[in-house]
Order: sequence, then C-alpha cells, then structure tokens
Amino acid sequence: MSDATSPRHIPDRLQSNAARLLKSWEVLLLGVAILIFIANSFASPYFLNAWNLSDATFNFTEKAMIAFAMALLIISGEIDLSVASIIALASTAMGAAAQVGAGTTELVLIGLVVGLAAGAFNGVLVTVMGLPSIVVTIGTMSLFRGISYIILGDGAYRGYPSDFAFFGQGYVWWVFSFEFLLFAVLAVIYYVVLHRTNFGRTIYTIGNNATAASFSGIRVARVKFILFLLTGLMAGVAAICLTSRLGSTRPSIGFGWELEVVTMVVLGGVSILGGSGTIPGVVIAAFVMGLVTFGLGLLNVPGIVMSIFIGAMLIGVIALPRLWDMWRRS
Amino acid sequence: MSMTRRMFGGVALAAMMVAGTGAQAQDDNVRIALVVKALGIGFFEAAAKGAEEAAEELGNVEVIYTGPTDTTAEGQIEVINSLIAQQVDAIAISANDTDALVPALKKAMQRGIKVISWDSGVAPEGRMLHLNPSSNPLIGNMIIKLAADELPDGGKVALLSATTTSTNQNIWMEEMNKVMGNYPGIEVVGTVYGDDLADKSYREATGLMQTYPDLDAIIAPTSVGIVAAARAVEDAGKVGEVNVTGLGLPSEMAGAIESGASKSFAIWNPIDLGYSATYLAYQLATEQATAEAGAEIPMGRMGALTLDENKEGAMADPFVYDESNIDEFKDIF
Repeated sequence: MSDATSPRHIPDRLQSNAARLLKSWEVLLLGVAILIFIANSFASPYFLNAWNLSDATFNFTEKAMIAFAMALLIISGEIDLSVASIIALASTAMGAAAQVGAGTTELVLIGLVVGLAAGAFNGVLVTVMGLPSIVVTIGTMSLFRGISYIILGDGAYRGYPSDFAFFGQGYVWWVFSFEFLLFAVLAVIYYVVLHRTNFGRTIYTIGNNATAASFSGIRVARVKFILFLLTGLMAGVAAICLTSRLGSTRPSIGFGWELEVVTMVVLGGVSILGGSGTIPGVVIAAFVMGLVTFGLGLLNVPGIVMSIFIGAMLIGVIALPRLWDMWRRS
Repeated sequence: MSMTRRMFGGVALAAMMVAGTGAQAQDDNVRIALVVKALGIGFFEAAAKGAEEAAEELGNVEVIYTGPTDTTAEGQIEVINSLIAQQVDAIAISANDTDALVPALKKAMQRGIKVISWDSGVAPEGRMLHLNPSSNPLIGNMIIKLAADELPDGGKVALLSATTTSTNQNIWMEEMNKVMGNYPGIEVVGTVYGDDLADKSYREATGLMQTYPDLDAIIAPTSVGIVAAARAVEDAGKVGEVNVTGLGLPSEMAGAIESGASKSFAIWNPIDLGYSATYLAYQLATEQATAEAGAEIPMGRMGALTLDENKEGAMADPFVYDESNIDEFKDIF
C-alpha cells in the first residue's frame, strides 16, 4: 500500500555516498593523526620533544616520497611493486660508483638515472607490451634486487664521500632535516600536479575509465608511462636519501618497503581500484604511520604488535566508511 | 557529522588504551636496551632471559628487550631512534648490519648513551666495545677437549670439517693443533671435508669409519657436519664405539644425544651472552668501567672481559651441552 506513495530509492550515482565520504576522508584522517599525537603525548614523556619528533620523521619521509608517485600510479589504475627493489638497484649502482671515486654530484645523478631507467623498464613492459602491471612489477621486484645480490653477494659498499651524508643525515634549519623538507616540497609539487593541472585530471579520467579516456583523446599509454617513470625516479630519490642515511649499501636495503608504501597510499584514501584519492590524504597517512610507529616504539611495544596495530588501523579506516554506508542503506 | 563523531569516538577509545599501557615508571633505574636482530627468535629470547638474570643481580636495572619484526637494518634504526628518544642509559645490540647502523649508533653515543654490540658486531666507530661469544683459541681447545674427556686412555679421532676453504673451521683446527700436546694419547688420524652439505658429510663420516675401523671419535666443528656424522654413526650401528662431538645446535643435536651417538658437544650459550652483555652495558652506563684497549670489565658470574686493540673481547669457552641440559636448551635454539 505505502509502496505506491513512498518513492522507491534508486541511487542516481553508485559512488554518491562514498564520494561524499571521500571529501571528509582527509578530515577524518587528520582527526586520527591529531588523536594519535595527543595519545602519544600522554603515553610517553619523551614524545613532545622537537628533536625526538624530528628523528621520528625519518621513519616515513623516504617511503612517503615514493608514496606520492605511487598514489598517482594507483589512481591511474596501475601499481608498481618493484619500488623497494629499485632502491636496492640504485643504491648498489651508487655504491659501485663510490668505490671508483665518484663524487656526490655523480652519485646523485646515478641514483636518479637508475631509478628512471628501472621505471622506464616497467613502463615499457606495461604500456608497450600491454602486460598487467602487478605481474610485471612482481617480476622486476625479484629482478632488480636479484641484480644487487649478484653484484654484492653478502658484501657491502661503504666509503661514500663525507658530504654525501647530508641527504640522509643533514639538517637544513634547526630540527628540520633535509629529508623532511624534501618531503614537504615534493608534497606540494605532487599536490599541484595532481589537483591543479590537466595532467592530473587525465590521471583520474584514466583510472575511472581508460577506454573512455582514450576515446576522449587522452594518450593513455603515454600518461601511464610517465607515471612509471615518476615512480622509478622517486624510488631513486628515496635510494639517495636512504643510502646516505645508512652510509652503506647492502642488497637487502629497503627490503619490504613496497608494501609499506602501498599501505601508506591506501590509508591515505586512494582507491586501490584506481580513479580516486588525494595527495593531502597520502601526506596525512604518512604522518599517521610515522606517529603510530614512533609512539608505539617509545612504549617499547614489540614490532609484531606494531604490525598488528597498523594492519588493524588500515582495515578499520577502509572498512568503517563501507560499514557506515551499508548501515545507512539498510 | 554524527558519523564522524562516532568514528572519532572509536579512535579516541583506542588512543586511551594506548595511553593506558604507557604508564612508565620514572625512577632512577639504569635502563639498558637489549636490541636483537628480530623478535621471536629462540636464541634471542634466551639472551633476554640472561639479561633479566643480570638485572636481578644488579638490582637497579631495567632491561628493555626490543628489536624489529624482521632482520633488517632499517628496522633496527627505527628501534634505535626510539631508544635515543627515551634517553636510555645503554644500548646492547646484536646487529643486522655491520655498517648501516653506525650513523644511528653514533648519534646515540653523541647523546650520552653507552653502546655495545654482542653476538653480531658493529663496526668499531659505531660502538664502544664488542662482546664475542668465544674466541678461536677457546673453540679450538674445546673441540679436542670434548673428545679427549671421553677417552681417558687415549684413542684415535678424525675431523669432519666444512670446506677446505672455510675460514672459521680452518682457524679452529689450527688452534686445536696448537694445544694437542695437552692431550697425550689422542691421535688425529685424518681430516675429511663434507662441504657443509648433509649428504656429503654423511658419506665422508661413513668413509671415516670404514677407513679407520678402530676410530674412537669424530670431531665436527660445523653444525651441519656434526648432525650428519651422528646419523652416520647411528646407521653404522657404532653408537658407543664412535663418539661424535664438535659444534652443533641443541635443537638439531637432541636426537643424537638421546641415542648416545654424541656424548656432548659445544656452542655458545645465549643466556650467558645476554647476561654478560647486560653486565657490560651496566658497567659502562654507571661509569664503573671505560671501554679502552686492555681494559678488564667484570661481567658477574662470567668473569671479566678483556678488550683487545679493536675493543673486542671473548666471553668464555663454548658452553657444553650433554644429556643433563639438552632438554632445557633444545627448544631454545
């Protein structure tokens, strides 16, 4: 009876609720970050100390640099799981060069070029050969690190020039490390690229519907290739910072970072299926992960418990809006 | 909005729980961090047990047992950074990387934290001293002593080593030869190489028993070889005639001890190692000792550590495992 009078609920857009939630995603994450900050301040007397917080930023700056480029790549519907192995390869190349007397400028160039080359290799396999990126980069993940293992075995490169240490250990002003400022500058650059340029719009378009995008005259393969290049380049930048911070290179350098980078991106609200996500979200997610690991570290919570905490946080943040959505509909 | 509030509520609750666990005792205890390669490894859990033992003896010590989830240098650096932030008094670390930890540990030392490495060392500029579980002469002496103790009337022994180029094994056998004069009546009849492969070691051990039918003992200073040799003795039905000894892991050797193929063997004792590391860290943190070449730093029931020119020292003889203690250690490592 009442069926005739009450209008049937037909959603005009399937994404409607999620889209609205996404608007507040950054706000939500920011709230989480602030709460974690407050909780940490109460939990440990050592937390609110400029130098300690500065030390803590090293837990996430290098990973976040890669996460910016990875966010763009994932929004476009692709993924690169070889980033940690690119770090190993770039670091090994820099180490080998340092052994034969390369200076800091050369080392930086080598790191960037190896990163770009590795990114180009992934990009060609995905965009020219048309192979799925997840398969390609799982392959290159083993390949790139494998090369490092062949070159180094169980040995290590050390003896980097002393001014090379600046990138990973230097401070620009007061407690602000070079790495942290680089992270901030890159965040702004990636924000502008993704949210303020046509290139950024095309990334969203491709992620939402690559076929429609290519019919609209967007050169899908070219855009994706550029994104692979950028991701490789960022892995090269991270390799420079990490190598400089460690002062040595072993083939196991940065092992397992690809998953932490992807976690950061997804926690930042980027849809793993592509098409949505923002740079501010990724920035806040980087802080959230950094604050959680540092805060729990100060309480000497074992790393295993910490991983459980991060995993639960990821699932919670992803699942809660969905649950909310389901609850609203019912 | 209501949804946002709801979610914040949940997070706040979680945050409170985190805060609740964080009520730390702020007293004058000497806080020593025992940093291991990774948590959840039996060897290091045992070391932590030793550290607690030392802490109880010393009284005013709080041991912070910590480490990353996997054996990476980056993970240990995060741990070191959080320990620096907590202003612990000393860090005793078993390093995942000789070099990569140096910048982080240097920073710790600059901020007044005493840093020592144990088990797996850090490059000299990244620590004040390094505690080796044992030394080459002590190991060389121990392996022949274990065989000789079971042969009061003398006898014939053979060596089953790893490869001909294995540095450690060659040094140990060389050190063993230097002290052979202390064990009259013991004759080394031959040395074979099992290349640290289970099947090759097994064949070489079987060959030894055929070549020397009156062989009394096989010494295998390698954890692969000793297990294979014990199996070979069991399979040849020579348990009681040929004693297998050397260096091995309790978890792998428990069966051989039980069957009698091996009367005893040796390896470091992780409990003693954690105990000594904690003692040394305490001595440095309380400024009762300084880490310099030639220094002798006491470490409780383990005696004293003498530092060489690299500021390294050897803790003790390898620890002997036999049927009296194998059950206690076989589950540890």
